[in-house]
Amino acid sequence: MSFVYLDNNATTKVAKEVLEAMMPYFEQEYGNPSSIYDLASIPNKAIKSARETVADFLGANNPKEIIFTSCGSESANMAIKGVLDVNRAKKHIITTRVEHPCVLNLYKDLEKRGYLVDWIDVDSNGDLNVNQLIDLVKDDTVLVSVMMANNETGVIYPVSDIAAAVKEKNPKTIVFADGVQAAGKIPINLKDTKIDLFGISGHKFHAPKGVGALYVKSGTMLSPLVVGGHQERGKRAGTENVPYIVGMAKAASLAKESLQYELSEVKRLRDRLEEGILTRVKNAVLNSKSKNRVPNTTNIGFQYIEGELILLHLNDAGICASSGSACTSGSLEPSHVLRAQGVPFTSLHGSIRFSLSRYTTEKEIDYTIEKLPEIIQKLAKISPFQKELNEIMK
Amino acid sequence: MWEYSDKVKEHYKNPKNVGSIENADAIGEAGALSCGDKLKIYLKIDNGIITDAKFQTFGCGSAVASSSILTEMIIGKTLEEVKKITNKDIADELGGLPPEKMHCSVMGHEALEDALKGYFGENKTQEVKSEEKIDSKKVICNCFSVTEKEIVEAIKEKNAKTLEDIRELTYAGGGCGRCRENIKFLLDKYAPAQELSPVQFVLKVNKVLETNVAHELGKDSGGIELVDVKGKDVFVKLTGTCSSCKNATMTLKNFVEAQLKEHVDKDITVFEVK
Repeated sequence: MSFVYLDNNATTKVAKEVLEAMMPYFEQEYGNPSSIYDLASIPNKAIKSARETVADFLGANNPKEIIFTSCGSESANMAIKGVLDVNRAKKHIITTRVEHPCVLNLYKDLEKRGYLVDWIDVDSNGDLNVNQLIDLVKDDTVLVSVMMANNETGVIYPVSDIAAAVKEKNPKTIVFADGVQAAGKIPINLKDTKIDLFGISGHKFHAPKGVGALYVKSGTMLSPLVVGGHQERGKRAGTENVPYIVGMAKAASLAKESLQYELSEVKRLRDRLEEGILTRVKNAVLNSKSKNRVPNTTNIGFQYIEGELILLHLNDAGICASSGSACTSGSLEPSHVLRAQGVPFTSLHGSIRFSLSRYTTEKEIDYTIEKLPEIIQKLAKISPFQKELNEIMK
Repeated sequence: MWEYSDKVKEHYKNPKNVGSIENADAIGEAGALSCGDKLKIYLKIDNGIITDAKFQTFGCGSAVASSSILTEMIIGKTLEEVKKITNKDIADELGGLPPEKMHCSVMGHEALEDALKGYFGENKTQEVKSEEKIDSKKVICNCFSVTEKEIVEAIKEKNAKTLEDIRELTYAGGGCGRCRENIKFLLDKYAPAQELSPVQFVLKVNKVLETNVAHELGKDSGGIELVDVKGKDVFVKLTGTCSSCKNATMTLKNFVEAQLKEHVDKDITVFEVK
């Protein structure tokens, strides 16, 4: 065992089948899909077929509803800026306190530019205050933006119910759901929902980094972010990234096939890891107790021990995980998601996210359950909070 | 991931002198749990020489490494020698720290200073006082050694308006964050809030009324409506139980006006329209 990779919400490994599907489009079928000669026809067809596959993956009505982008952040930026640009008179936006930074920072910026942004709270389990959100919808509300699953805690927000309730109150309000952490982990069927825009990122479900997609429900007005050529029917200029689009489509069809495995087996391993840690490590607390979580994620706080230190020692044991705590991201601000949940300072700075994939094995989980208590025991000795730790650890 | 030196790695993997000293001659502390960093250092001092040092740290890898190497640096040294140690010395001894992690060495240094001050019976509390004259040498941000002059220049010449602007331009406030209050003070002093356009002003007033005020009044079945804005004068109508309340004037001045002054503009005056 070289290393145990439990950071699949950060990125995933490219599936072997995905890489194989991509290869011909580098070496042989490298034509520009917009060109006229025969060399272009295979890439052109490949994109058409990829669009159908991704549409099927997301349960879209029509492949035309899929626009290929370069990443999840681009999908989100295109959705948000595109909607605001065609609805310039309206200035009210509703979002949550726990969105991914790519969305959160965009709204903070828009706030400075004169938009009124309402930020919806989550409770201590991580669940969203949906009533608060619906109450705030008014005539002026141009956009409601809620992620489908949270990247740090894995909590699923009921975006389909939210979209229905929002539209009932104001049919003109556009609903954008950031689906980056949901795609491949839970069933998605957009045609049965009132969601207008839905963004995904390939590298979160075993496609390579550098490719994403935005679902735009038919009839939704959106101005393009990247202006130039006619590609993506004028909605996103730039020569299509053929091999990566093909790769993402392959990854999407694999993810669709493995969804049952994800919901049963990956969940079983996640629960095994969670229970194993919580029972063996006395100062460990589960940060999001919500019943609705994606099957692969858990976020656990270790009281009175700092998160980066835990990660470094996990790394030395060959285990890759990540911390919501900030030391890792260059600023000292602790996770905005856990803070919104009201996680106490005692465990806020010592919170670790473990995220599995369909490639995670039981052996890897058991190894982690075995190693973690040793690491925490060792690090507890360094903490200046000996009295508090002795109380908890006894 | 951080680019940690081998020395940093060695010290967070196997920190030296972990623990506490019973009957320590001096104990120093720095940081707090809420900030994500806390360090405690214990010293045994004999005849002006540090004979033993131990530490306990809640913090990241470089915080543990800084504490660990500091104890190694001071054991066997005289107090005079130890007093001369700076946070940069600690970082250098570790083979350097990433810029974002410099505050870890600062914290080590602060805990040491705190211990020595306690030992010599000096007043422990430090206060940064605001001075009228800009001091070119006064360091505001210890983590990155940024002076007051540099911050004021960033505000005046590079148009910095927020803590984030200052951080991008000078790095100040990007480390431990303890200087942020002082930076805010400088921002308020040298970069007065920008004038809002009339429309932005009305929108902001309305937003504060809706989010901060209406909700509170609603608890007593009262309500408030924005009627008009002329310059900095805000005209409102109290509704529900508020409209017939004897204390309405007090509510207007002490609550509504106070909220608007705090969140929108300190020159706002609120008038009631019947």
